[in-house]
Amino acid sequence: MSSKRTTIRESAGDRLFMLVIYTILTLVLIAVIYPLIYIVSSSISSPAAVTSGKVWLWPVDISFKGFETLLHTPQIVTGYGNSLFYTAAGTLISVALTVMIAYPLSRKTFFGRSGIMMIITFTMIFSGGLIPTYMVVRALHLIDTRWALLIPNAIWVWQVIIARSFFMSSIPEELIEASEIDGCSDLRFMRSVVIPLSKPILAVLVLMYAVGQWNAYFDALIYLKSAKLFPLQLILRSIIIQNNSSGVMDAMKMVERQQLAELLKYALIVIATLPVLIIYPFVQRFFVQGMLVGSVKG
Amino acid sequence: MKRNKRSLSSAAARSFAKHWQLYLVVIPPLLYFIIFKYYPMLNAVLAFKDYNVIKGIWGSPWVGMKNFKLFFDNPTFWDLIKNTIYLSGYLLLAGFPIPIALALMLNEVRSSRFKRFVQLVTFAPYFISTVVMVSIIMLFLAPRLGFVNVLMNHLGLDSINFLGVPSMFRSIYVWSDIWQTAGYSAVIYLAALAGIDPTLYEAAKVDGASRFQKIWHVDLPGILPTITIVLILNVGNIMAVGFEKVYLLQNPLNLVNSEIISTYVYSIGLLNANYSFATAVGLFNSVINLVMLVLVNSLAKRFSNNSLW
Repeated sequence: MSSKRTTIRESAGDRLFMLVIYTILTLVLIAVIYPLIYIVSSSISSPAAVTSGKVWLWPVDISFKGFETLLHTPQIVTGYGNSLFYTAAGTLISVALTVMIAYPLSRKTFFGRSGIMMIITFTMIFSGGLIPTYMVVRALHLIDTRWALLIPNAIWVWQVIIARSFFMSSIPEELIEASEIDGCSDLRFMRSVVIPLSKPILAVLVLMYAVGQWNAYFDALIYLKSAKLFPLQLILRSIIIQNNSSGVMDAMKMVERQQLAELLKYALIVIATLPVLIIYPFVQRFFVQGMLVGSVKG
Repeated sequence: MKRNKRSLSSAAARSFAKHWQLYLVVIPPLLYFIIFKYYPMLNAVLAFKDYNVIKGIWGSPWVGMKNFKLFFDNPTFWDLIKNTIYLSGYLLLAGFPIPIALALMLNEVRSSRFKRFVQLVTFAPYFISTVVMVSIIMLFLAPRLGFVNVLMNHLGLDSINFLGVPSMFRSIYVWSDIWQTAGYSAVIYLAALAGIDPTLYEAAKVDGASRFQKIWHVDLPGILPTITIVLILNVGNIMAVGFEKVYLLQNPLNLVNSEIISTYVYSIGLLNANYSFATAVGLFNSVINLVMLVLVNSLAKRFSNNSLW
């Protein structure tokens, strides 16, 4: 990257141009990062400091009262547990199904692969709609069961495309031929050659599906009725967006209530995003990789 | 022709015999698509029926285009169309060029540490869930304690109940969306920029091009194919603005501008159990999307030789 601009001195115009670029990028950086810091700071400040508008950037009178309260709220704890379950189980199912369809479609000798590919891709641009899908889920008696969050949205076409292009570009044809000569079955080949060679794409699939499942709320909203099955996102919605914190606040004294309610919202945002944010710096590279693999036409 | 057919079917037979295990493997995912994607499309005949719970989808009487007529004659029809198009049009106009600009600027940055840091930070909001995103918007814009209003009070301005003002709804939606996704969308352009032939830059340098001229004459044409594809996809989705976020941001005060087709389908269909009518509205929306996609794609094919298919 740097090799293309070495010896020639920059003109004044170019230097001014660079100054403008750096200034804009710095402003963008601040605009994106400031709200994030503000939220985290608020979540660990004292309730009084948050409600009186004393927090501007860094935490004021550090206290973990918000998190403590959340830890003692059964609703939140159940929601957290549910979300962890949905994320683990959903990711497992989704990744398995995605590989099961993407790998055969990557084989050139698999008859009908372009037809199947078209059938799948078509669902990206046209769908029966909300109600017809709901009717199917209802007819299968999945309403108000955990399965409703794991099955109806298990496969994302985009991930199939990404996985398929990865398999096509990185499982050498020679390996397939050699294994066929050795009399290795397709299943065996999948298990002992394809899967071990595909760790990067498996990582991408796991991460994308896991983040998607952790963040999902719409399926829960339409398919679930019992509060004990609710994922964290749905509980978050009822507490922050619908401002329905009564369940959480029952134990609190009236005086502290309002201040704490405000603080709790910040703390909730933090704990709901925490798993994703903790792994984010490690996974960002994989996401970029996944997007790039997917953009390879194939 | 006849010979062709025979060799095709024998190719199929050979493939079945050789890959029978793979055909077994593919069955469960295929069933998923048939049951959860294609069967609902069949169910969409509901739009042409008068749904009766006891008789079921197939036993309910046909009513032809009645549900569509009902929708078109509905006084809210034009408001819904207008709101949907305004919101997604605004999002497209404001949100489409920004990631391109971001990528072009990042591409100029020489310090790879600064570049990586900007990317790491701007990419991050993409992982915030819709519920959390809307929660943040609501906390920041809250009439009394929200950060924005506290700041405005400090500056001597009066508080505003942002989410209660219909005319502000679209801007809140669009700019928070840009905040959340611009960094993510820029990655694809950065990849395209990395693929530009370095000799073009050298040629530009020899010709004495300034940095801006280099961007204009080398970078932009170089990523034009990518820009076209992304644009086609975006326009094809113009009627499908994110239901989740609009629904969560909605309140009775801003409903005038925030009720879009998908939220309407949800409230009519699932909350009021008016299945047939809601299906008709949803189907109308899907068909418009499909038509738009085909239209834009063929336009792009004609004018730029770039297209999805």
